[in-house]
Amino acid sequence: MSSKTPKTPQRVPAGGPLPTPAKSGKDTHPDWATGLRKLYDSVVEEPLPDTFQDLLDKLDAKD
Amino acid sequence: MAKEERTASEKADFKRELTEVVPHLRAFARGLCGRADMADDLVQETLLKAWAAQERFQPGTSMRAWTFVILRNAYLTDMRRNRFRGEYDETVAERVLTAPAGQEEPIHLSDMHRALLTLPPERREALLLVGAGGFSYEEAATICGCAVGTIKSRVGRARAALNAMLADGNIPKRSIDDNAAHRAILEELDDVAAGQGASRS
Repeated sequence: MSSKTPKTPQRVPAGGPLPTPAKSGKDTHPDWATGLRKLYDSVVEEPLPDTFQDLLDKLDAKD
Repeated sequence: MAKEERTASEKADFKRELTEVVPHLRAFARGLCGRADMADDLVQETLLKAWAAQERFQPGTSMRAWTFVILRNAYLTDMRRNRFRGEYDETVAERVLTAPAGQEEPIHLSDMHRALLTLPPERREALLLVGAGGFSYEEAATICGCAVGTIKSRVGRARAALNAMLADGNIPKRSIDDNAAHRAILEELDDVAAGQGASRS
């Protein structure tokens, strides 16, 4: 009943709960399918290291 | 036809779109190669290549799909140079596990990630694109440079393999470190890399 509340504020999923694909009920959703999405989304939502923006800025400045 | 220099605003658009797609590149790369530091290296490499090839990007098309092709090819090349050994990042998997699940029986995500990494690379990427990245079969086929039916079958086989592995709890421990298994993976990579000119320019 009690869903654990994450202590760290940054754990809140940015887009809210994952949309459940409404299409073909043929393959039922195994747990790992949700897990796979979570694995992906958790990386998407990670704070971005500065290195990427720095790299793009450097490339941009060079042009 | 000579390539026109892009206008300043087109360049700005390109940079903005490329920036926006970085989190997705990281997620795709992490799924492919399993380790956060190597995945980020791969993303850096992808950004460099994408930047150098920006004249070939068609404005208005999907930046995510375009850069995924580049990332995928960089990954295949690096993989064949033996940079990635299919290691996975346990800490990420564990952290994801602690996220609120709402599931009766939460799957052990590190198991899942490891199982994922034992799949042949072309099935793993197909599953990642469709099952995690939310691409349609058609988009995934374009990214991988193969037929839609091929993607469907790869995803189907990947799902079946994961279902079987995770249902039985029969996850190979570290089969990727195993020499024979590693060679098999490299051979499959040769097929993947040779057969499909996904990044025909």
